[in-house]
Amino acid sequence: MLKTFSLGGIHPPENKFSAGKNIETLPIPSQVAIPVAQHIGAPAAPVVKKGDQVKVGTLIAKSAGFVSANIHSPVSGTVFKIDDIIDASGYRKPAIIINVEGDEWEESIDRSADLKKDITATPEEIIKKVAEAGIVGLGGATFPSHVKLSVPPGKNCDILILNAVECEPYLTADHQLMLEKGDEIMVGTQILMKALKVDKAVIGIENNKPDAIKHLKALAASYPEITIEALKVQYPQGGEKQLIDACIKRQIPSGKLPIEVGAVVQNVGTTLAVYEAVQKNKPLFERVVTITGKSVAKPSNFLTRIGTPLKDLIEAAGGLPEDTGKIVGGGPMMGKALVSTEIPVTKGSSGVLIIKDEEAKRKKMQNCIKCSKCISVCPMGLEPYLLMTVSDKAIWDRAEEEKIMDCIECGSCSYTCPSSRPLLDYIRLGKGKVGQIMRSRTK
Amino acid sequence: MNVVVITILTLGILGTVAALVLYFVAQKFKVFEDPRIDQVEEALPAANCGGCGFPGCRAFAEAMVKSDDISSLNCPVGGAETMSAAAAILGKEVSAAAPLIAVVKCHGTCENRPKTNSYDGAGSCAVSTSLYGGETGCSHGCLGEGDCVDVCTFDAIYMDEKTSLPVVKDNCVACGACVDACPKNIIELRKAGPKGRRIFVSCINKDKGGVAKKACSVACIGCKKCMKECPFDAITVENNLAYIHDDKCKLCRKCVAVCPTNAIHEINFPPKKVKPVAPAAAAKKPEAVKTDNNSSSDNKNKEE
Amino acid sequence: MSTLTISPSPHVHSGDSVKKNMYGVVIAMIPVLISSVYNFGIGALSVVATSVLACVFFEYIIQKYILKGESTIGDGSAIITGLLLAFNLPAVIPVWIIVIGALVAIGMGKMSFGGLGNNPFNPALLGRVFLLISFPVQMTSWSEPGKFPMKFTDINSGATPLGVMKEALGNGQTPDQILPDLPSYTDMLWGFTSGSAGEMAGAAILLGLVFMLVRKTITWHIPIAVIASVYVFAGILHWADAAAYAPPTFHILSGGLLLGAVFMATDYSSSPMSKKGGIIFGIGIGVITIAIRVFGAYPEGISFAILIMNAFVPLIDKYIKPKRFGEKPATAK
Repeated sequence: MLKTFSLGGIHPPENKFSAGKNIETLPIPSQVAIPVAQHIGAPAAPVVKKGDQVKVGTLIAKSAGFVSANIHSPVSGTVFKIDDIIDASGYRKPAIIINVEGDEWEESIDRSADLKKDITATPEEIIKKVAEAGIVGLGGATFPSHVKLSVPPGKNCDILILNAVECEPYLTADHQLMLEKGDEIMVGTQILMKALKVDKAVIGIENNKPDAIKHLKALAASYPEITIEALKVQYPQGGEKQLIDACIKRQIPSGKLPIEVGAVVQNVGTTLAVYEAVQKNKPLFERVVTITGKSVAKPSNFLTRIGTPLKDLIEAAGGLPEDTGKIVGGGPMMGKALVSTEIPVTKGSSGVLIIKDEEAKRKKMQNCIKCSKCISVCPMGLEPYLLMTVSDKAIWDRAEEEKIMDCIECGSCSYTCPSSRPLLDYIRLGKGKVGQIMRSRTK
Repeated sequence: MNVVVITILTLGILGTVAALVLYFVAQKFKVFEDPRIDQVEEALPAANCGGCGFPGCRAFAEAMVKSDDISSLNCPVGGAETMSAAAAILGKEVSAAAPLIAVVKCHGTCENRPKTNSYDGAGSCAVSTSLYGGETGCSHGCLGEGDCVDVCTFDAIYMDEKTSLPVVKDNCVACGACVDACPKNIIELRKAGPKGRRIFVSCINKDKGGVAKKACSVACIGCKKCMKECPFDAITVENNLAYIHDDKCKLCRKCVAVCPTNAIHEINFPPKKVKPVAPAAAAKKPEAVKTDNNSSSDNKNKEE
Repeated sequence: MSTLTISPSPHVHSGDSVKKNMYGVVIAMIPVLISSVYNFGIGALSVVATSVLACVFFEYIIQKYILKGESTIGDGSAIITGLLLAFNLPAVIPVWIIVIGALVAIGMGKMSFGGLGNNPFNPALLGRVFLLISFPVQMTSWSEPGKFPMKFTDINSGATPLGVMKEALGNGQTPDQILPDLPSYTDMLWGFTSGSAGEMAGAAILLGLVFMLVRKTITWHIPIAVIASVYVFAGILHWADAAAYAPPTFHILSGGLLLGAVFMATDYSSSPMSKKGGIIFGIGIGVITIAIRVFGAYPEGISFAILIMNAFVPLIDKYIKPKRFGEKPATAK
């Protein structure tokens, strides 16, 4: 019996069309647009101006606060302008636009492919390097990694958990990374363990990736402190709380962070970025992006520079199909529908999913039949039907009482609802409002 | 016979005892309330809309009775009449507030503002806003899901099916519910004006002129022509967006004529008969405008 | 390419629908229907047909002309109500009574609260209880079971096993004396006893339960809680005084207990949302049923028990919450 998390969960069709497709390097575009806000926290402050020459890896925007991240140039060339561009949500947000000239890297970056196993950096140096390299959670949450690695005083961390679950249907970027960069991920894991001063690490992988489990298990033979945990396929196992519950059977209390139960979770992609930053001095300016969908001619995994417009990826995957109805940034469960194909790849882009026209629209909403299936699937043990009602009726105190803030927005409820009710839409709205009320109370 | 007597006696005694208990309890727990609160509440519209800033009409009545200076209090629904009636009960002075009305500051109809994508989520502006900028290139404008209509307790606002924009009817009492409900802050309470005449910039797009114009053909592009034209300094332009201050505006309509994108709207004005002469005629004095208004008093409201 | 669609996540759906759930329940009731027709013949068939048609008709009319909404008869919930109402009526009841029952069930029990999903009480049971109180004679004139009897008006007021038991116990007889005169437990399981059209065949009902559990239309909590609590409560009484109280197995197999536990108590909108709540709800039904059967005036109490517990559902939902994640203190060191 494989382990999994204890409450709820669903198993949507996996549709991993791009599984087993080797990571290809996408050609560098002629112009890149790099939003200054592509992580959780304060937007980075640009340190270049129009006309400046930059190389690959040059710092172009500086972290503006503790919870914020540096941004480095993914290309070499000239800064064309700093202007507002349309972001994924259709709002205009500032971005640095660079015209590409050649591909010249900063000299400090070690571009060799050799595996560098010895970790010479001290924990403090590791955290500093992670911060300098602008690494954020690459699973999609884009939370600055150095913040997670800095265990707050008074808290104790005893285990590192690597998130290699990739529970979102369609996405395969992490899967492919594990197959191709297994050694680097192992060293990266050790770096993270050193930074956190822990002697145990668990890599949680869902059982639908047997090749990755086998590969990493073989590699882990020489790292006794790293365990590979095969997990039952169940969405949303990639959620931090669910993953900790699944791997080590500890449940984070309501409103608390993983550190409360002595665990820190990092994504495998992030781990690789940490390896590259610490051992190779390479800041985060490229990432693996899955481009997939039922109608996509050539579902692929591309190593892509940040700032590349999505249309370049779509072109490389065989072009935008005629019957496209929706383009999703990320997976189908938690990804964000995009307003155009001009949007650049950011640090949080784990995938691009093309959905056909006939599947793009939701079914008509019907009355709630109180079948309680949303309760059965909720991984947080909440009552989505009730939260939707109180959010719609703006009964915020009741929403807070019913623990609306515990919702991880996994979408299992909306996925399951036989009446096709937009449960999560309203819960998300309620979370926003209740969050505001709670913050104003503490002030 | 005996049974009847006993029954009557038992029930009678029980009733008396209960009545006594009730009487003493009522005496003991009596809470003194100023009788004038009831009187004032009686004078209020009893809509309980919250437009005054209090949870309901009774709370407002309490506030009126308790505070010495009630000049800051106003019931937008009842207006000056109600306020003076309520003030008369209390023997207090009330300053007549100019009646307000809600205006929708967006005119992004389907023709003016072409759709760039289509929304398919829960039918609520609040949900839509939390997700993304909107169905068009303009991320400031009306989303058309009708949150304002849902909250209106006076049936004073409806969605125009053709334009999918909300339209305020003349029975608007300016309670402000729609203003709070609109996540894009498109609706504003402005002076209703004489005969319901009002002029406002029907746009809230703060993008640069070119960007705004590209997204919507009737967007305010921040060209400042109206600001320069205005003889009363009633118009300011900030963040590429013009705003007409209704306390200074004398409704001369000069700005309406010069706006290159027709972003400035006039409501309830008579149609201009001689268009080319209008700028010259209006250039004289505000009095001229007033006479113009009076002369055309036979005109009916063009909006309904 | 048309314009891109924007909607909040998730962007996929399970494909589950109200229809699938409702027709799943209808399919689960087919074995009951077959056994009912086998035992009570044409009479059962006509009762079922009248009841289903009347329920669908009333829902259509009310939705169209009173609520003025889109037609909802396609979702199958009116068919379920019709079937359940029919299963709760004697197979020889006059047609006009069935139509009145259907009107009460759909009109009063369901549509007056806003239609599908909003009814606090099980509509079919409301219809049944209304008829039971209004037409006690017709509602308690049962026909004897046979092998597909073709005759229509085969009224034989041979009382149900429960009725016989109640009367005999009242006369001072002991269960041991009465039971041999009643149909055997096996006959009761197969439905060869007199009673309402669809409530007698325990085996067919249990087959439906298995079907619904496999399809995950319902969870096991409510039916099992009802049956278990009946067994335990009746067992305690029987154990305390075997001469005065019938054995628990008899209580489970007789009357409409199984039908109620499997198909009526599990009605989505009139049962609690959480699993814990479902168990409390089920236990309540079991205890009240036995209390009515043993101490009350009626020989059967499951309908009243379910309706009484339906009234407690909002209270249960308010106070019984599902197990929240992280509720137990974490085992951090």
